[in-house]
Amino acid sequence: MNVTIEGAKIYFTIPVLGGIPITETIVNGAIVTFVLFLLCLFLTHDLKVRPTSKRQIIAEYIVNLAKNFVQGNMGEKFAYFTPFVAALFAASVFSSLLSVIGMYPPTSDLSTTLAWAVLVFVLITYHKIKAGGLGGYLLGFAKPIAVLTPFNVLSEVATPISMAFRHFGNIVSGSVITALVYAALALASSALFGLIPGAVGSFLSNIPLLQFGIPAVLSIYFDLFSSFMQAFIFCMLTTLYIANAAEE
Amino acid sequence: MMEKAIVLAGCAVGAGLALIAGIGPGIGEGYAVGQACSAIGRQPESKGDVTSTMLLGCAIAETTGIYGFVTGLLLIFVAPGIFMGMLG
Repeated sequence: MNVTIEGAKIYFTIPVLGGIPITETIVNGAIVTFVLFLLCLFLTHDLKVRPTSKRQIIAEYIVNLAKNFVQGNMGEKFAYFTPFVAALFAASVFSSLLSVIGMYPPTSDLSTTLAWAVLVFVLITYHKIKAGGLGGYLLGFAKPIAVLTPFNVLSEVATPISMAFRHFGNIVSGSVITALVYAALALASSALFGLIPGAVGSFLSNIPLLQFGIPAVLSIYFDLFSSFMQAFIFCMLTTLYIANAAEE
Repeated sequence: MMEKAIVLAGCAVGAGLALIAGIGPGIGEGYAVGQACSAIGRQPESKGDVTSTMLLGCAIAETTGIYGFVTGLLLIFVAPGIFMGMLG
């Protein structure tokens, strides 16, 4: 029995600045971006004031959903965040859903989720400084009493790390558990069909028959539910953190 | 040879111990979902709000469990390589 759990493969390395590796993450991320670009083109071309096509109704539904989500969490004055949050959500969902068709999901690489989390962290810091000035931002770390400053700095840094690890861990745990279940089912089916005597048994025990169908139940949870859930949570936390930062 | 065996065993045992972190989020999320159920039972009209708040809370409570899981992954896939490299 061999269980292989692999990270992103490195396709080739660009020999600039000490070598930039082009990994599966980058290629699949570019594929996701391209698919989203095509989807946006498809949904938004030929729009009319009165929608006549189903396509436009779907597009308007999606836009309304994003608008209501952002304005419900952040208030009217942050309506300009809608495209950013919607883009984050779409990128996250489509990246995670790549595992349904057997490709390497970019979100199961820490680089992707950490990049998004750092982007959100920059936005949070920007809005904190914008709301209270640089002095107010720095003084905010010593807020209740000055002794708590190291802990406040720590909790500030922990925000992007916990966001990145939450998304990454959930997607990776799905693929690790799926790989383990596949291996276990192969063992179980060879043991089960090995019980049949004669040539039929030895023939059937080499085919992992139990691997058909059963892992699909796991896939529904880990691939479909978890993908949407993590994207939703990431966007929810983004909106809440930024709105919170601007209020202080 | 003996040193490498000890390193591998230590990493495997450590990975198993790291996953004990799963107990906390399990209890916490179960409690949160139970409370959400009783809240929905009292006020069925607030089901949507309660559910989305509960899912967000569950996801945040899950973080410590995810940290344990990532530590386990590091101990299985990364740490043996580093320690073997130290042993030479």
